[in-house]
Amino acid sequence: MHFSFTEEQSQFRDAIRRFLRDKAPISEARRLMETGSGCDPEVWREACEDLGLAGIHIPERYGGLGAGYVELCIALEEMGRSLFCAPFFSSSVLAASAILNSASEKYKQELLPEIASGRCIATLAVVEEHGSWDDPDIRLTARKDRDNYRLDGTKNYVTDGALADTVIVVGRSPAADNAEGLSLYLVLGDSTGLTRRPLNVVDPTRKQAELQFSNVQATLIGTLGSGSTSLSHTIDQAAVALANEMVGGCQILLDSAVEYAKLRMQFGRVIGSFQAVKHKCADMLVDLEHAKSAAYYAAAAVAENDPDLAAVAALAKATVSDAYMRIAADCIQIHGGIGFTWDNDTHLWFKRAKSSEVLLGSPSHYRERYMQFVEAGL
Amino acid sequence: MSAADHGADEVKVRRAVAEWLEAHWDPECGLIEWRNKLIDSGWGVPHWPQAWFGRDLPSGLTTAIDEEFDRIGAVGVARIGIRMLAAATLLEHGSDAQKSQFLRRILTGEDTWCQLFSEPGSGSDLAGATTRADFDGEKWIVNGQKVWTTSAHHADWALLLARTDWDAPKHQGLSYFVIDMTQAGIDVQPLRQMNGHASFNQVFFTDASIPAEHLIAKVGDGWKIAMTTLAHERRGADALRRWGRASDRPGRIYDEERAEIATVMEPYKWYAQRAGRVDLVLPRARETGRINDPVARQEIAKLLMLSQVSQWTAQRARTAQEQGKPQGPEGSLGKLASSHVARAASNVHTLIAGADAMLCDNDGPLDGIIAEILLSVPATSIAGGTDEIQRNIIAERVLGLPKEPRMDTGPFRDVPRNPTR
Repeated sequence: MHFSFTEEQSQFRDAIRRFLRDKAPISEARRLMETGSGCDPEVWREACEDLGLAGIHIPERYGGLGAGYVELCIALEEMGRSLFCAPFFSSSVLAASAILNSASEKYKQELLPEIASGRCIATLAVVEEHGSWDDPDIRLTARKDRDNYRLDGTKNYVTDGALADTVIVVGRSPAADNAEGLSLYLVLGDSTGLTRRPLNVVDPTRKQAELQFSNVQATLIGTLGSGSTSLSHTIDQAAVALANEMVGGCQILLDSAVEYAKLRMQFGRVIGSFQAVKHKCADMLVDLEHAKSAAYYAAAAVAENDPDLAAVAALAKATVSDAYMRIAADCIQIHGGIGFTWDNDTHLWFKRAKSSEVLLGSPSHYRERYMQFVEAGL
Repeated sequence: MSAADHGADEVKVRRAVAEWLEAHWDPECGLIEWRNKLIDSGWGVPHWPQAWFGRDLPSGLTTAIDEEFDRIGAVGVARIGIRMLAAATLLEHGSDAQKSQFLRRILTGEDTWCQLFSEPGSGSDLAGATTRADFDGEKWIVNGQKVWTTSAHHADWALLLARTDWDAPKHQGLSYFVIDMTQAGIDVQPLRQMNGHASFNQVFFTDASIPAEHLIAKVGDGWKIAMTTLAHERRGADALRRWGRASDRPGRIYDEERAEIATVMEPYKWYAQRAGRVDLVLPRARETGRINDPVARQEIAKLLMLSQVSQWTAQRARTAQEQGKPQGPEGSLGKLASSHVARAASNVHTLIAGADAMLCDNDGPLDGIIAEILLSVPATSIAGGTDEIQRNIIAERVLGLPKEPRMDTGPFRDVPRNPTR
């Protein structure tokens, strides 16, 4: 079923929503966004121990909950709603999916239980200075050095890059100039030669860092040269996850705009009675409903190994990013002057919307990608 | 009823209808004669009440019954056009005398109906109708004008919403009638649209008359009954899509049905263009080479994504309803979404056509189809409730935002309104 949730899934959603309401109210996001780590280790530990949060879609044999991608996306929607400050997207979505898709059995057994328990925070480093998620643009080199590899180059926009204990790095064999040369390497966060610079980010509830590698020791975790296909699959899955996270933000912003429009009085009546305002709210609902349709369909497509996943993911990422930005801008507009103040919470989601719009690739990038699938006879 | 009970019923019902059809179906029978047989058997409208040609079956079973008809190739009762809106309204609010006079001939297809609601002065504000019906002690006398009336030029009967009390508040001064369209006091004129077609009519009443027994329910009930008719309008559109295509099988009855469908469907021949013809975008982009233009590619992708997502949103709404959630605002949401798709499609067709977008008919792309799209799409956001009305419905009924303060309470006589001819 692409468009409905089971009773168990709804209960799972309720449990996460309750946890986040109690442990991660928006005041906590405001506190944590001013810190360097952007995460409360105690709340993260509780989330992992009580809810198994870090291992939702990691199979039970690797210490996870063994639930599906739809459940993962339900959790993400709730986190997007509350702006939960935690390394979930970096560790459980990006790094865990990359390992599941690419690593050999040995490294799955070694890494996944640690990630699933939340004890190890991992992330995935793909993009470089140019900000492109396409593999031909990946230049970081991985040179063979006896049993190991040595990495040289720079990775940028690495989510939770300064916090992560473990970084999965996409690197290229020096001789190979094509996609076949890409592989995944494991690097410890405190390795010699690795310089991590936290970036000043528009959305301080999701930290990013620049990672400079200078002769850094690394371990190959999959088959040499097999990185490209599995990487694009990982990014497709992550785009679907991000789309579902964005839906949570869309919903709370619409709710907040409507609530404010029912309270705010001007010209002797609540502003929600003016068609100029209520029509904007109606358009926001249409955007939200479309965003949900795209995100939920795409989540099911991942869960069911839909052969058209890449096209569906492109559609979901482009559609939901655009909807989120429109809803966030309109939510500020409906709040008027107060919506532009620091004290009003709207800007926190506006910033998440802006950052998510380009994370993993912009809407126009995904529209072009979608066209390529359409032309190939989707 | 559980799914299992339903399943058992479905098997029984399928067997019963198939047995009856196998015993009685004859493609060489006349269309009207066959339909009369069908109506007497109760299999023509099995979800209708037993007292009125039906079998009181749950409407969930009609799909299975229709499948048996399709399997055997049997023709069903007449069910496209305004007739089913008339039938639904009469079933719910009509007297027994009205039901026995009208229902059978609606189902046989002998009578064609139209709906006289919109007026030049009342479009979105339907309850502002000023066509008047005055009782002269014996019959009702009608004067005024209606507009946007599909099929009025060949209708036998019409559903009429008219004002009977000018001192009551707007919604309470309306009454609902069945009126004979073939009388002298009614003049029907085609209304030509900006796309050149004339699919609708203007209807002028000059002392047209209605016998007292053709008032539906009571004087002043008009608005309430009109709401019943409008609630069925969505289903009417579904029926057009489902039953608007004729069978190409040989046989006398199919010939008669083909002629009937051709007449009813004639006004709708540009409706596909009105929705934007998203299906033509890729072939046109390839044929013109615009598929290689990065700007066009972005716009095409936006359109294709929006069109796909709109379909998913409609499916998601249906899924929720099937699971027993109450029918929500999906109709209005879907209507608004279709407007967005149509408008985006029109823009993309223009982008692809370039200078050719200035040409129409046999000089225009696709023998004028592209021009017809560009000139028909503006109807999408107006017909069947404007986008603005849909937004009001969504904002007020779903989001719970308050209504605008009203300027039209009090006696209708004193409400500001458009000048009439």
